[in-house]
Amino acid sequence: MNDRGMSVIVRCVTRFVYGLIIVFGFYVIMHGHLTPGGGFQGGAIVASAFALLLVSLGAAGLKGKLNKKLLQSLEEIGALAFLGLAFAGIGTAFFYNLIAHGGGFLSTAVPTGPNPGVLNAGGLVPLMNWAVGLKVMTGIASIVIIMLIGARKEEAE
Amino acid sequence: MSKVLRVVAFLFVSAFLILAATSMRDFGVPNDAAMDQYFIENAQAEVGANNVVTAVVFDYRGFDTLGEATVLFAAVIAVLTVFRKRKDDELIQGDGEVGA
Repeated sequence: MNDRGMSVIVRCVTRFVYGLIIVFGFYVIMHGHLTPGGGFQGGAIVASAFALLLVSLGAAGLKGKLNKKLLQSLEEIGALAFLGLAFAGIGTAFFYNLIAHGGGFLSTAVPTGPNPGVLNAGGLVPLMNWAVGLKVMTGIASIVIIMLIGARKEEAE
Repeated sequence: MSKVLRVVAFLFVSAFLILAATSMRDFGVPNDAAMDQYFIENAQAEVGANNVVTAVVFDYRGFDTLGEATVLFAAVIAVLTVFRKRKDDELIQGDGEVGA
């Protein structure tokens, strides 16, 4: 595989599709407390879009678009945000859901039973979903990029 | 000799599995439903999220999710370590002494 990636067809379809994959991944993270899915799953979907870009466009197509240092910093920020949200309710218990019952931000009372789709609910759960989603998407993306760089180096030797 | 041993092992394992299968519950009847029933009835009201699985993963068993996130972090660090830039390769290769 050369630096220019795969054939014209694959590259063209990738350019159409990767944005949609990223949007779908963010949707899965955002609705994690309503529908099946959540931070881990949505993050993995977004990271798969990055992997698709890397495979089809090659390393040259990504030059200047993805910053490895930025990805790793974002992963650490996601981890610290998750830990911080867990410590937010330490007054009662570790992982206590502090803002689930206020009635304001992210704390609408949901009816018990089938899912009516109340997005503004869940307290800390959606925030934790975002933190874990950020962590997983940047973590897996940086793993893929690092391994690609490593494989390229082995080839060159 | 080994053939006899194999037959004996086969019979032993089969007997064990058959014995276990005879004492199984009916399909869909859980061992102890008190915990499941508690989550089904109270999770939506307590956490305020309609998805009970997410309520368990991020609230009741949040510590478990923290561990999973830590595993991912460790995986990234491990990959970084394996594929790092090898400036100190000559130092390691010498006679097995690191930093000699």
